[in-house]
Amino acid sequence: MTNLRKRKVAGQVFETLCVLAAGLAILVLSLILYYVFRRGLAVVNISFLTSLPAPVGVTGGGIGNALLGSLLMVGVGALIAVPICIAAAVFLDQNPTSKISAFARFASRVLSGVPSMVIGLFVFGQLVLRTGSYSALAGGIALSIVMVPVITLSAEEMLRLVPSSQREASMALGATKQQTVFRLILPGAAGGLIVGVMLAIALAAGQTAPVLLTALTSRFWLNSLFQPTASLPVLIYHYATSPFVDWQAHAWGAALVLVAVILVLNVTAQLVLGLSNRRR
Amino acid sequence: MRANTREGLFHYITLFAALGLIALVLGIFLVVTMQAAPAWRAFGVTFLTTSIWDPMRNEFGVVPALLGTLATAVLALAVATPLSIGAAVFLSEIVPQRLRRPLSFMVELLAAVPSVVYGLWGLFVLAPWLRTGLGQFLAEHLGFLPVFAGPSLGIGVLTASLVLAIMVMPTITAISGEVMRAVPTELREAMFALGATRWEVVTKVILPSSKPGIVGAILLGLGRAIGEAIAVTMVIGNANLIPVSLLAPAQTMASLIVNEFPEAFDLHLSALLLLATLLFLITLAINLIAAWFFYRPSQTAEVAVKGSLWAKLLRKGT
Repeated sequence: MTNLRKRKVAGQVFETLCVLAAGLAILVLSLILYYVFRRGLAVVNISFLTSLPAPVGVTGGGIGNALLGSLLMVGVGALIAVPICIAAAVFLDQNPTSKISAFARFASRVLSGVPSMVIGLFVFGQLVLRTGSYSALAGGIALSIVMVPVITLSAEEMLRLVPSSQREASMALGATKQQTVFRLILPGAAGGLIVGVMLAIALAAGQTAPVLLTALTSRFWLNSLFQPTASLPVLIYHYATSPFVDWQAHAWGAALVLVAVILVLNVTAQLVLGLSNRRR
Repeated sequence: MRANTREGLFHYITLFAALGLIALVLGIFLVVTMQAAPAWRAFGVTFLTTSIWDPMRNEFGVVPALLGTLATAVLALAVATPLSIGAAVFLSEIVPQRLRRPLSFMVELLAAVPSVVYGLWGLFVLAPWLRTGLGQFLAEHLGFLPVFAGPSLGIGVLTASLVLAIMVMPTITAISGEVMRAVPTELREAMFALGATRWEVVTKVILPSSKPGIVGAILLGLGRAIGEAIAVTMVIGNANLIPVSLLAPAQTMASLIVNEFPEAFDLHLSALLLLATLLFLITLAINLIAAWFFYRPSQTAEVAVKGSLWAKLLRKGT
C-alpha cells in the first residue's frame, strides 16, 4: 500500500468515527424529544392545561396551577433581575476598564458556574426559614439570581456592539452620557437585550432545584405571593417519582408543555437576533 | 446644574447595580459558609473522612456522597467527551455547509432542555432498558467483578452517569464546535494546498489550536455534572452507599441535599449547607480553571473566545 493510500484510508476511518459520534449524539437526543412528544401528546388537552391536579385514583385533572405558578415566579424573577442587570451592564459598558467592572464581571462568571441547587439552599435559609413559609416570592427571588449572570453578561456583550463612532458622534453633538445611553445605546442594542432576557427566562423556567427549595409545591390555585406554589418542573419531579401511573403520565404531559415553551423561546430569540443583525 | 445632578444620579444607579452584583455573589458565599460553620466546628475533618450519615444520631460523614459525585461525573465525562468532540469535528469540519446551521442550532436547543426532563426520560426510558438490557448482561456475565456486581436494578450509578453524559454532551459539542470554527480558514486552506487530507488538517491544525477552548468546554461540562441535582436524584437510587458497583444505587452531594432539606434543621441543616459550600468551592475551582483555559492566548490561531464565548456558554445552562 502506498503512503498516500494509507493516509487516505486512515482519514476515512477517522471521518467515519466522527460521523458516527455525531449520529449517535443526535440520535440519543432526538430520542428524548421523541418520547417527550409521544407520551406528552397522549395526555395534553385543554382541560389538562386548565384544571387543578386530581387526587390519586381520580381520573382527569391537570397542571393549571403549576403552569400559572411557573409563569408568576419566572415573571417575578425577571422583574427583579432585568432592571438591575441592564443597569449593571450599562455600568460595565461605560466603565469597561474600572476595577469595579472587573470584579462585577468576575462575580457574574462565578455565579454562572454555581450550581442552581446552592442558590436554592441560600434562599431557603434566608427567606423560607426566616418567614417560616415556602412562597412564590422566594421562588421568584431564587429564579432572579439564576437569571443574573445570563442577562448581565449577554447585555454587556450587546451594548458593546454599538459602534464607538456613533457614541462619539452623540457626545460631539453635546449629548450627555445619560442621553447617549438612553437615546442611542439602549435603543441600538434593544434586539440583543431582548434575546438575552428571553434566554434567561427559558433557563429559569426549566429550573427545578431552586424552585423546589423555595416554593415547594401546592395542589391549589395560587392566591397570594406568600404561599407555597406549584410549578411545572417541580410537578414533573414529584409526579415522575410517585408510584401512581396516572401521575407518571401527567409528568410527561407537563414535560411536553415545558419543553415546548422553552424551545419556542429559544427559536424566537434566534429569529430576533437574526433580524436585529440584518438591520445593523 | 440640574442636568449635572441627574447625570450623577444616573451614574450612581448603574454603579449600585454593578456593586449589587458583587455583593450578591459575596453574600451567597458568606451566608452559606457561615451557616455551614456549626457543622464544621462539630465534625471538622471527620465530615470529609467518615461514611455514616445519620441525622437521627447527628452523625454526618460525606464520603459516600463525595465518591458518588466523583464517580458519576468522571464516568459521564468519559462517555461524553469523545462523542462530543467527534460530533464537534463533524459539525465544524465535515458537514456540508447547508446542514451546518440547522444541526448546530439543534444541538444548542438540546442544551436548553431542562434537567428534570432528562431525569424523566432516564427514569422511564433509559432505566428499564438498562435493567433488562445492558445492566442484566453485565450482572450475568461480568458480575464476578466488583464494579458490575448485580442485581441489575435499572437505577444506580451507571444510569445516573449516562443521563449526565447525555446532558453535558450538547454543551461540550456546541462550545468546542464554536472554538474549532474560530480557527482561521486560511490555515485550513494552507494545509489542503500542501496536500494534507482532511483528517490531517483536523489533527495537526484544528485540534491543537483549539485545545484550550476544548479543555475549557470539558471543564464546564464537568462543573455542570458535579452540580446537577434533580436529574441525578431521579435515577441514582439515593442510598448512602460507597459506589463500588456501577449497578448499585448511590447518592451525590447534590442529591443528598434535594432529599433531605425539607426535614433538616439545626446541625442537620448546617451539615447540608456544608455540602453546599463544598459544591460551591469545587465548581468555583473548576470554572476558574476553565476560564484560565479560555483566556490563555493560543499560538496558532487567536481562538475567538474574547468573552463573546462566555455569553454563549451561559445560555447553555447552569
